[in-house]
Amino acid sequence: MTAPDDLVPAAPAIDTPPDQEPYPVPFVIELPGGLRRLHLMVENIHCAACIRRIETALLAMSGVTHARVNMSTRRLVCEWRDTETSASAIIERVEALGFPAAPFDSGRTEQTGAGEERRLLMALAVAGFAAGNVMLLSVSVWAGHAGGMGDATRTLFHWISALIALPAVAYAGQPFFRSAASALRSGALNMDVPISLAVLLAAAMSLYQTIEGGEHAYFDASVTLLFFLLVGRYLDHRARAKARSAAEQLLGLAAVTAQVIDADGRQRPVAVSTLRPGMIVAVAAGERIPVDGDVIEGISDVDTSLVTGESLPCPVTAGTKVFAGTLNLSQPVQVSVRAAGEGTLLAEIVRLMEAAEQGRARYVRIADRIARLYAPTVHILAASTFLGWWLVVGAAWDQSLMAAVAVLIITCPCAIGLAVPVVQVVASGRLMQHGVLLKSPDGLERLAQVDTVVLDKTGTLTTGRLSLVNENHMDSGDLALAAAIATRSTHPVSKALVEAAGGLALPSPESVSEVPGQGLCAVLNGEDIRLGRRQWCGVADRPESGSGTELTGTEIWMTRPGRPARRFVFADTLRPDALAAIEDLRGLGLRPILLSGDRADVVADVARQLGISDFQAEVLPDEKVARLQALADEGRRVLMVGDGLNDAPALATGFASMSPAAAADVSKTAADMIFQGQNLAPVPASIRTARFADRLVRQNFAMAFLYNSIAVPLAVAGLATPLIAAVAMSSSSLIVTLNALRLRLLAWKAG
Amino acid sequence: MGALIFLIPAALFLGLLGLAAFVWALKKGQFEDLDGAAMRILLDDPKRDPGEDETDP
Repeated sequence: MTAPDDLVPAAPAIDTPPDQEPYPVPFVIELPGGLRRLHLMVENIHCAACIRRIETALLAMSGVTHARVNMSTRRLVCEWRDTETSASAIIERVEALGFPAAPFDSGRTEQTGAGEERRLLMALAVAGFAAGNVMLLSVSVWAGHAGGMGDATRTLFHWISALIALPAVAYAGQPFFRSAASALRSGALNMDVPISLAVLLAAAMSLYQTIEGGEHAYFDASVTLLFFLLVGRYLDHRARAKARSAAEQLLGLAAVTAQVIDADGRQRPVAVSTLRPGMIVAVAAGERIPVDGDVIEGISDVDTSLVTGESLPCPVTAGTKVFAGTLNLSQPVQVSVRAAGEGTLLAEIVRLMEAAEQGRARYVRIADRIARLYAPTVHILAASTFLGWWLVVGAAWDQSLMAAVAVLIITCPCAIGLAVPVVQVVASGRLMQHGVLLKSPDGLERLAQVDTVVLDKTGTLTTGRLSLVNENHMDSGDLALAAAIATRSTHPVSKALVEAAGGLALPSPESVSEVPGQGLCAVLNGEDIRLGRRQWCGVADRPESGSGTELTGTEIWMTRPGRPARRFVFADTLRPDALAAIEDLRGLGLRPILLSGDRADVVADVARQLGISDFQAEVLPDEKVARLQALADEGRRVLMVGDGLNDAPALATGFASMSPAAAADVSKTAADMIFQGQNLAPVPASIRTARFADRLVRQNFAMAFLYNSIAVPLAVAGLATPLIAAVAMSSSSLIVTLNALRLRLLAWKAG
Repeated sequence: MGALIFLIPAALFLGLLGLAAFVWALKKGQFEDLDGAAMRILLDDPKRDPGEDETDP
């Protein structure tokens, strides 16, 4: 995995003082004729209407000449005349429509991902064309072999094949040649070395045979070999590109802009990286706080779950410390910057995470482990075949070389090159269907080997959202009234209240107003009603006894003149299938462990409900990492499932990791897989898929080796003909692909 | 055997035609937004400047 810092759209590279460099400018590309172009990553694009709204709104702006949304990559390209509008006006327009947008450096993405994919596709097309046509000619030659084709016709066919195959090999083989050359330069062997050797030697020997008018031309084998291998390579590359773009999207949309308030009171957007301590930042309701700092103006609630794992929002007023990455919920506030960028708690967590990831990078994929053994074996085998025929048997040098080339072609890891990518594609497609996004290319392999699962509580085992727990103890009229007032607020408690009153007919109170940090007041039939904190509603400590008072959690009160105060208790509830999913995990032979940053009594309660005996509460991020490392030292392979920012280092430390889609951006970046929806079932189901995929990969390798053990002796003995080579290669590739498709038959859920 | 003289060039020509079509599509950016086209068919044609290129430059 890439370190997250690399994924943040390139930091302003231009060396100008921060206050002279308004935020999006470093990303703007200058075009001739006074035109400017900007690439934006845009969130929340789902349908045709979204595309239309964005494009028409932008094109309606004066000076905008081009605006086009790419639906697949969720990106927008916009061009405008410099004199009439500006980059920040365009970003503001897109964001005003409800689509959070972040500029990114298009040059970097194209150099790395898209360019490479295009080259592979071109190579694939050329190899496919050549393979089809050369095969057409080869089949005629083989038919002619039985039907009495003349030598002259055969040689003509070989010449035409050479004419097609040689340029095709020279072009389509380049991805392999380059990779082999760089491996050799660094003194190593990879799978591409035998591939390149086989393809080049086969082409050269076939050309020699053609010139001599002989019958052993392997043009068909060398181009079909390239074609099949390029298919595998392309699939592998697609999987990687998808993972990378997912990660870029997640991080690009993290707070990269901030609204700075200047001394004269004006606000302007700047890049977070240019903020300095002492500056004042305005944070609107619903935005993430971009810095560590102190609130200097405004009263609001802040969702700190990303940092502390606590599910309840904390009230903040002037003087409260806030942390980067937390979410400002109810009212706009102004924050004086204490630390920005590298100095924040968020950055500290990211550093912990990066340190952990370096450890994981040491994991070597199955295919690479096999390549380490396979490549030298093949070379030794081919060399000894050549020497054996030449020196021991005393054959002519060209015949000996022909046998050696046959060994290289037969052993060439066609099926091996496909064994992993095909399974990977089928498996990730299947996971995607069920709402699981596979982010790291080797995540599936690691997931198959886990034997312990460490779970976070808030947002992972629980939904991370509040819900009313004392609904049965109250009058539905009271609930309806409270919900009617709460519809006017966006506070999580209000939302939970409205949700709880789902089917009830709501009265319509008048003049509802929100008192930040306290509650809501309203008027109904001339009565003043208050809904909010206990003290603010004027309720004494524990005035009410009776049903439901034993329940604990977040509470709010409702008071009306002449009636007893009503208490509403909210708690973060377990995901609906949490118990079943934990049982399922146990059934798969995994040991569940619960580690949470939340309070001890809450964690113990959840652990008891789920029957988890091994749990720990009030765990700090670095303690989570330490515990995971201790488990790893015991020889356990741990799957970490978590969502909070406080879980991010642990997610990176775990042998494999998963995050729910509602997780913090950094956590999603650290995780190998992201699952969507309200259920926890995707966790055991993904493990099942990974294990089955692992079995298929091993079967595929076993089949490839079995085929080699039959075909190689033939080749060493000099009995392999071009026909045998072509048939063996195509059939083994087909078998491997068909075997991978069996993954689609596996049931998603247990039982 | 005389048939070969035009059959082989014909086969090669058809193959090259397919290859050229693919290369053209790739160069025109037809594979860059695979999901957008399915959505855009639902939209009315927006007003565009005449001669504007369909693809992302």
